[in-house]
Amino acid sequence: MARVFGSSIKRREDPSLITGAGQYTDDLKLPNMAYAAIVRSPHAHARIRSIDTSKATALDGVIAVFTGEDIKKSGTPGVVPVGWLLPDMKIPPHPVLASETARYVGDAVAVVLAEDRYRAQDAVDLVEVDYDPLPVVTNPAKTVEEGAPQLHAEAANNIAFDWELGDKTKTDEAFPKAAHVLKVNIRNNRLIPQAIEPRAALASYDDSKGQLTVWMTSQNPHIHRLLMSLASLGLPEHKIRVIAPEVGGGFGSKIHHYPDEVIACWCSMQLHRPVKWTATRSEANLTDAHGRDHVTEAEMALDENARIVGVRVKTYANMGAYLSTFGPLVPTYLHGTLLSGEYDIPAIYCNVIGTFTNTTPVDACRGAGRPEATFIIERLMDLAAEELGLDPVEIRRRNFISPDAFPYQTQVALQYDSGNYGPALDRALEMVDYKNLRAEQERRRGEGGKLLGVGLSTYIEACGLAPSAVVGSLGAQAGQWESGEVRVHPTGTVTVYTGSSAHGQGHHTTFAQIVADRLGIDPDNVEVIHGDTDKVPFGWGTYGSRSAAVGGSAIAVSTDKVIEKGRQIAAHLLEASEEDVVFEEGKFFVRGAPDKSQTLNDIALQAHLAHNLPPGVEPGLSATSFYDPANFTFPFGTHIAVLEVDPETGEVKLLRYVAVDDVGNVINPMIVDGQIHGGIAHGIAQALWEEAIYDGNGQLLTGELLDYAVPKPHMLVSFELDRTVTPCPHNPLGVKGVGETGTIASPAAVVNAVVDALKSYGIKHLDMPLTPEKIWRAIHQSGRS
Amino acid sequence: MYPAKFEYYRANTLQETIHLLQQHSGAKLLAGGHSLIPIMKLRLAQPPVLIDIGRISELSGVMKTDGRLRIGSLTTHAMLAASEAVKKHCPILAEAAAQIADPAVRNKGTIGGNLAHADPGSDLPAVTLALDGVIHITGPEGDRQVNASDFFLDLLTTDLKPEEVLTAVELPALEERTGSCYLKFEHPASGYAVCGAAAVVALGGDGSCERAGLCFNGVTATPYRASAVTEALAGRNLEDATIDQAVTEHLSIDDPMGDTYASGPYRVELAKVYSKRALKKARDRARS
Repeated sequence: MARVFGSSIKRREDPSLITGAGQYTDDLKLPNMAYAAIVRSPHAHARIRSIDTSKATALDGVIAVFTGEDIKKSGTPGVVPVGWLLPDMKIPPHPVLASETARYVGDAVAVVLAEDRYRAQDAVDLVEVDYDPLPVVTNPAKTVEEGAPQLHAEAANNIAFDWELGDKTKTDEAFPKAAHVLKVNIRNNRLIPQAIEPRAALASYDDSKGQLTVWMTSQNPHIHRLLMSLASLGLPEHKIRVIAPEVGGGFGSKIHHYPDEVIACWCSMQLHRPVKWTATRSEANLTDAHGRDHVTEAEMALDENARIVGVRVKTYANMGAYLSTFGPLVPTYLHGTLLSGEYDIPAIYCNVIGTFTNTTPVDACRGAGRPEATFIIERLMDLAAEELGLDPVEIRRRNFISPDAFPYQTQVALQYDSGNYGPALDRALEMVDYKNLRAEQERRRGEGGKLLGVGLSTYIEACGLAPSAVVGSLGAQAGQWESGEVRVHPTGTVTVYTGSSAHGQGHHTTFAQIVADRLGIDPDNVEVIHGDTDKVPFGWGTYGSRSAAVGGSAIAVSTDKVIEKGRQIAAHLLEASEEDVVFEEGKFFVRGAPDKSQTLNDIALQAHLAHNLPPGVEPGLSATSFYDPANFTFPFGTHIAVLEVDPETGEVKLLRYVAVDDVGNVINPMIVDGQIHGGIAHGIAQALWEEAIYDGNGQLLTGELLDYAVPKPHMLVSFELDRTVTPCPHNPLGVKGVGETGTIASPAAVVNAVVDALKSYGIKHLDMPLTPEKIWRAIHQSGRS
Repeated sequence: MYPAKFEYYRANTLQETIHLLQQHSGAKLLAGGHSLIPIMKLRLAQPPVLIDIGRISELSGVMKTDGRLRIGSLTTHAMLAASEAVKKHCPILAEAAAQIADPAVRNKGTIGGNLAHADPGSDLPAVTLALDGVIHITGPEGDRQVNASDFFLDLLTTDLKPEEVLTAVELPALEERTGSCYLKFEHPASGYAVCGAAAVVALGGDGSCERAGLCFNGVTATPYRASAVTEALAGRNLEDATIDQAVTEHLSIDDPMGDTYASGPYRVELAKVYSKRALKKARDRARS
C-alpha cells in the first residue's frame, strides 16, 4: 500500500472554501448584533484635547459612542501587553483607545456602535476630535537623534531596547587583521502583510453567566484568550471562549493581540449585545502590524583565502508607535541568531536597537527577522565575491559548514542540528544550467541591450519554534510546545484536536495524513478540529513554520500512544503477549500469523464497550500529548533568480526562478510546493514591488492596494522546484517547516541578480524594492550609462 | 469601504437617463462602476444619486460604417479586446483594452466610463486621441460631437456637462499600410499606465511616413499628443535612426506628473523610450 504520508492528496478543505461555504468571522451573524466602527487618528502624532461624540450619538441608528475615558471609568484594564521581554526593555502602556496622545495614523481614539455598518461609518465621520498636532518621526535610526520628537515618557530617545548577541571583542579583533573588509548599508523595506481576509471579531458577552465568546481572525486562539484575560479585559480565563472559524490568511498579522478585538469585546460587555467589528482594507493596512523596516550597517571580514573571519551588524529596528505582541522578538532572536547563514563564521557580533516612531507597530510578518538576516548575509557574500574576483558559487562553497560538522554551534546562539548544503546548491546549479547561463551573460554583455543577471541565495532558517525552556530564557512570555489529541471513536474513525490553528496551511489534510498513515486508515476517516479554546486542550498556534514540526509531532506522539493502547487490548483479545503483537496497515496480529487479526475498528469498539478489557486498562481509545521540541528545525536550500534589466528604463523582467529546498520529510508534496510558491512570490514582491512608504508627516502613502503592490500572477514566472531531504533528527516525523522558506530566501536572490546584471555600471548595492526608477537613476548616476 | 448614503435609479433608455440627470443635481452615472464605486467606498466621492445605465442595450456594441467604427459607450474592455471588427479595423484599441487591469475589471469596465472618468493613468484616452476619435454626446439639447483633442480638459475633467451622457466613440477604421501599437509601462499595484504610448503610422506608396500619431497616457494630467515628433516624421523614411532622432529632438514634456512610484522626469524618460519602441512596432506592422 502506498503511504499516505508523502502523497499529494488534494486539500480536503478546498471544496468548502472554493464553493463559498466556508464561514469566516464576518460571515457570522448573531441576533441583536451591533456593528462597531473605530474612529482613528488622522495625525501621526497629536495630543487629544477633547472628543465630542454628541453629533455621532444623536445620529439615528447609533447605539453608543465610547472613548478611552469610558474604558477607564469601567475599570477594565483596556490595554494590550507585549509578549516578549528583553533586558532593560522600555514598555510604554498601550491603551486600546488613546485618550491623551495619538501616536500613529490609525491609532484608535473612539468607537461607534450602530445598528448597521453603514450607519456606524456615518457616525465615525461625525465624531469630533480636537487634535493638537505634534512633531513626527518615522525613520528608525533618525528617531534616536537629538532633537527628535519623543513618543513615550518611558523611553528616552525613543529607544525601546538596545540588544546585542555574539562576541563583540572577538569580532572587533577579527576586522583589523583581515585581508578583506566589506561594508554595506541596507534599508530593509517595510511591508504590509496583506492577508486576504481583513481582521475581524464578533464578541458576545452573556451577562447572566459572565461568559464571553469571541469569534476572531486568529492564528492562535489560546494566546488571544490568555492575553484577553490576563491583560486586556480582566475576565477569568475559563469564562472566555475564543473561536477562530475559517481564517483567510495571516502572514503573521493574526498572531498579535490588537486593540480592535479588545474594543469589540469590551463593547459587548457594556451593551450586553453581540458586537461585530471588521476591518476595511484601508484599516487593515493602517493597523495590521507591519513587517521589516530595518536600517542596517553590515560588515564582513575575510582572509586571503576568502574564508569569512568576522561579521558585524548594527541594526535600527522600527518598532512603530508601541511594542506589538512579539515585536521585540523579531529583530533580535529571530534575526541576530541567523547571521551565520550556512557558513562557518568564527566571530559574529550583532547589535539591534529597537526604536519607537510615529508609525504602525511592527511585528512578525512571514519570515520575521530571518529574511532580514538572510538578506544581509547573502548580500555580503555577493559583495565579497565581487571584491575578491570569485564566482558567487565559489565563495559560498568555501565557507559552507561542512556536512560532518553537525551539530554545528554558531557564534549566535543557535546550534544547527543537521544540514548538507552542497547537494542543494549543486542541484540548483544543474537545474539552471549555471555554466551556460554565465557564458550567455558574457556573450550578451558584449552586445548591449537587455542585461542578464543571475543571483544566488544559499539560505538557512530556524523555525518550528521551539524548546519552551530556551525561548523562556530568552524572554518569551509564552511556551512553544503544542498539544495534540487523537480520539478514536467506537467505529474506528478518528477526530484530531490540535493547538495549531490553521489559516490556509492545509492542516485538515496534512494532519489527517499523519494520523491515517500511522493508523493504516483512509484519511477521510480522520477529522481535524482546531481553533476553539473550548474544544482543544491548549495551543500556542500557527506561526514560525511550526505547525508540522511541533503540532504535527504532538499528533504523531498521540497516535502512537493510541496504537500502544490498542496493542494492549489486542494482545488480550488474541491471547498473546504484547511484545508478540504487531500493528500493520490497520491490523493487530501475532507476529507471523496475520490471518487471525484484530482491526483498529474491532479494537476501537471493544475499547468503548469495555466488556472485555485487560485488567487495569481504562475504557476508551484516545490520547493527548503536549510536545515540546528539543530544538528549532533548520530548513535550508539554494534559490537562483535569473532576470533581465532594461538599461533604458530600469525595468526588471524575471526569466526563471529555481528553488531547491530541504524541508526534511514531506507530508504532502503538493501542499509543500504551494507554500514554497507563495513564499517565493512574497519574497520576490519584497525585492521588486512592495513597500509601505510614510511621508514626513507620518501619512501612509501606500495605504491602499492602488499604491501598495502585491504580486500578481502575470508579474511572476513559473517556479522550478526541487528538494533534497535531510530529515530533522529530533522530531518523530523528520519534518522541518516550509511556510517561510520562500520569503526568507528569495529577496536576496533577486537583488543579487539585479546587482549582477548591473555589474558593468559599478553598482554595488540597491535597496529594496528595486523599482525601475531606482535602477534607472543608479545607472545614470554611475556615469557609465 | 462603506459608501455614504445614496439613491439609486435604473434608467432604461437614453432619454430617461437625461431626464433623471435633469431631476437630480449631483447625480453620477453608473456603468461598469470600476472607477466610481472604489472612490465611493473610500468616501472620496459621495454622489447623492446614482443612475444605472448598465442595461441600456442601445449604448453597447461595435458598428462599422463607411470607414468608421462606432463604439457604444457601454462596450466593455473585454468586448473591445475580443471584437473581430476592432481587431481588424482598429487593432490598437483591442491591444490597449486587453492591457487594462485584470479580467474582472475588463469584463465590467466600459469605454465610455473610461473616457468620461478621464483618469490620467487610463489606457483608452491616448489611444482615442492618437486615432483622432470623435466623442458622441447626448444632452437635453440633443446630440453633439466633440473631437478627442477637445474632450480631455484636465485631470479627471472632460467637456461633458452634468446633464449629458457620453453615448459613443467614433474612430477611423485604419487603412492598408497603417500600423499601430500601444505599449504600456504599468504600475505594479494599480495596473494603471505610468506611461502608455499609443503610436499610429500610415505609410505612403513609397514607404515613407504619410501620417503619424503619438500620444501618451500617464505622463501628464490629460493625454499628451506629441505633435512635434510626428510632424518631424512626416514624409520621412522611417528608419530606426530617424525615429530615434525625431523623438530625442522633438519630444519635450514640460509638466509631467510625478508620485512616490515614478517621478515626473522619469515618466518623461519612459515616454521617450516607449515612443521609440511603439513607433517602430507600428511601422513594422504598417510594412507587413
